[in-house]
Amino acid sequence: MAKIQVSTRINNENIDYLCEPHDTMLDILRNQLNLTGSKESCGSGDCGSCSVILDGELICSCLMLAAEAEGSNIETIEGMSEGGKLHALQQKFLEKAALQCGICTPGFLMASKALLDHNPSPTETEVRYWLAGNLCRCTGYDKIVKAVLEVADEMKESA
Amino acid sequence: MNEISNKWIGKNTIRPDGADKVTGRAQYSSDTTMPGMIWGHVLRSPHPHAKILSINTKKAEELEGVKAVITSKDVVDFPIDTPVILGIQDMRWMCRNVMARDKVLFHGHPLAAVAATTEEIAEKACELIEVEYDVLPWAIEIDDAIKPDAPILHDHIQFEGKSSNIAGTLEHKKGDIDKGFSEADVIIEREFKTEAVHQGYLETHSCLVSVAADGRATIWSSSQGQFMVRAMTSYLTGIPQSNIRAIPAEIGGGFGGKTIVYLEPLATILSQKTGRPVKIVMNREDTMRASGPTSGSKSKIKIGATKDGKIVAAQGTYYLQAGAFPGSPIRGAVGCSLAPYDIPNAHTFGYDVVSNRCKVAAYRAPGAPIGAYGVESVLDEIAEKLNMCPLELRKINAAKEGTQAVHGPTYPQMGYLETVEAAINHPHYKAPLGKHQGRGVASGFWFNAGGESSAQLNITEDGNVVVTTGHPDIGGSRASIANITAELLGIHHDKVSVLIGDTATIGYSNLTGGSRVLFASAMVVTESAKLVIKQLKQRAAKIWGIDEEAIEWENGEARPAGDNAGKFAPLTLAELAEKATATGGPIGAGYQVNTEGAEGGFATHICDVEVDMDLGIVRVKRYTSIQDVGKAIHPDYVEGQLHGGCVQGIGWALSEEYIYNKDGHLDNTGFLDYRMPVCSDLPMLDTVLIEIPNPKHPQGVRGVGEVPLVPPLAAISNAVYQAIGKRSYSLPMSPPKVLKIIEGN
Repeated sequence: MAKIQVSTRINNENIDYLCEPHDTMLDILRNQLNLTGSKESCGSGDCGSCSVILDGELICSCLMLAAEAEGSNIETIEGMSEGGKLHALQQKFLEKAALQCGICTPGFLMASKALLDHNPSPTETEVRYWLAGNLCRCTGYDKIVKAVLEVADEMKESA
Repeated sequence: MNEISNKWIGKNTIRPDGADKVTGRAQYSSDTTMPGMIWGHVLRSPHPHAKILSINTKKAEELEGVKAVITSKDVVDFPIDTPVILGIQDMRWMCRNVMARDKVLFHGHPLAAVAATTEEIAEKACELIEVEYDVLPWAIEIDDAIKPDAPILHDHIQFEGKSSNIAGTLEHKKGDIDKGFSEADVIIEREFKTEAVHQGYLETHSCLVSVAADGRATIWSSSQGQFMVRAMTSYLTGIPQSNIRAIPAEIGGGFGGKTIVYLEPLATILSQKTGRPVKIVMNREDTMRASGPTSGSKSKIKIGATKDGKIVAAQGTYYLQAGAFPGSPIRGAVGCSLAPYDIPNAHTFGYDVVSNRCKVAAYRAPGAPIGAYGVESVLDEIAEKLNMCPLELRKINAAKEGTQAVHGPTYPQMGYLETVEAAINHPHYKAPLGKHQGRGVASGFWFNAGGESSAQLNITEDGNVVVTTGHPDIGGSRASIANITAELLGIHHDKVSVLIGDTATIGYSNLTGGSRVLFASAMVVTESAKLVIKQLKQRAAKIWGIDEEAIEWENGEARPAGDNAGKFAPLTLAELAEKATATGGPIGAGYQVNTEGAEGGFATHICDVEVDMDLGIVRVKRYTSIQDVGKAIHPDYVEGQLHGGCVQGIGWALSEEYIYNKDGHLDNTGFLDYRMPVCSDLPMLDTVLIEIPNPKHPQGVRGVGEVPLVPPLAAISNAVYQAIGKRSYSLPMSPPKVLKIIEGN
């Protein structure tokens, strides 16, 4: 079967790729576009390690077919910092030791960014439920939740 | 050595590997590719126990795109009745675990592997391999494996004179147990059961191996020890260690589960056969089915105390699942369970039981959480019977400096009692509880470990520092090593880079495990720093034309001291580095040693739960872990270890379990059904770091990573009892089980 040609925009760049009908978005990101910051830990949408933002919405890229991305706008972890400057969430994760092994970190950062894009001043409970789709086995989530809440506070102050 | 100024030790610096990890650039093993790379896939057994009558790979080999197919005949064999010990593993089991020989012993047991141009073709080829089995009866649960007519996994394993699934025992004795119980006013005896649980690292196993035309192999893989990978791969392929370069990729969690190999030898052999680099990535299902987990267990605990709360006798009998091959962590259960206490008469006994499950791997304080679960639950009952505060009971019996532990050693300076006192005085312990809420406490111990470590500390030409060590960094050890190096050399933290070397660039270093990494790394880095400072003084002596003894190293510079004080302007590290060529050449030193003096770690936890009486759901409302951490070199990452361990314990206690179906298959191989705690399950976690320095370590470091998983099982179980007035004697306390207990069935 012929491959499907897809034109999309990833991290503010026009990207075209060819994919098989069964290829997931994550397969293409990792194996074809070399955007390996998105991780595959389960392949079934249960862990959030492959979280990306598709047209403003947080999704698991392992659950999306690559062929569906035609005309869409995708943000991945590789596009989160701009011009070598870390996003406030990235910086806060470092300062607050909100990562240990780091394998879930790209997913948590994308999910946290999507949260703050939707809801700039979430409560702790809102943060916990929003991030409930992202598994972390190292940190117990404590420092992650604190980092997200602090960034939200700082964004409020600077707004 | 100059005095420690504590400018960097104890500071929450930003980790050296951090920027790469928050931008998605850090290279984990499955992120690596090579030109010409092809893909491997592993064929796994559909049966829990069967003889392999034949394997026909012809159709698979003929599939377009397939480059090689291998079976156990391609893996170096080790006779099953002759031990070949490597660390805590035995290569005769390892060779059969990576590729079944004669028999498959668990559902998911590998028995062939394929390399092909794509992952899909490799998978398809596996389906074309024809295997004839003679399916045998199987035993999954401990009781089924040790009953008289149990199906035997390994005929040569004997127990009490006949073939058995009991593969080994371990015993500790102290005093006279019968005499002890005769002195007791209260005796409680209970039986406990726990299920197998997975380490749950989010990065599944994977590797990329390139064997070049000259036979030299390069391995990129996710492991807790690149030297372990090298040694095991060498054993299983016959390639000498000097021809294997094992490169530690960033590791996406291990918790003990990555202290053995699964894929590396297979990818190496496939690469040898095809002449191409081969990558194999294990999916989540196979990771759950055929890697890890730690043992399920059954145990019986009997403890006797006098009416004033003095424990006079304690007895523990433990049966731990080993999986398909011997080697369950009975040492942790038998050795750690009574370690926090000064008990005159004690007897602990453990049985290592093989059954048709995946071979267990280490998991954070292996065996100790199982041991503590029973003991700490029975202590809770004794305290209640004596109408005594459970922490007071622990305080009365606390082991101290000079106490002889049941497992043998006499304790040096240590801080168990301090953890109990801190718990008693913590606001959490006095806070009011709501309806259907309960509070539990428990303590725990882990041995910690020393072992071989190597470090190399080099001064760059521009006066900065690069430190290389040989232990994969799972939770932030590079950050702590940078703190220590900056402290010792008296320089700014920013001037220090810390790298993890591969097997060709740094000396042998034992794996990341046993809570040993910072303990051991700090020792070899300290010795390397001493050697480098000596060199720096020698260079300054040469420049100034004075004796090296007349120079001191302070705040990152050489200063003339004694009679020469003030005679010369100090020389900074950068100035000495600049003059290095003229004064004797490169400045740098390495140190390698088998580190000793890792003293044990103790913790006491307080947990509040709330039980939904209609649904049986247990929610953790508040959690405080208190631990003697020796010296917190990087407090945030120490806290992180405590947080992570507690939450793994919460999962073990409430929701995680391996569930086998009637066909002997693992039924819950995904994260939806194997339920690890998520963010919305948890409250913020409080920690108290008690710093009683390890007297045998230059910075006072004790291992901190494993102790936090020891107390939670009992702390949570004790809290559930307080909430509902009835006690569970098995884990996990999942909603249906709790509901049954509430309803009294």
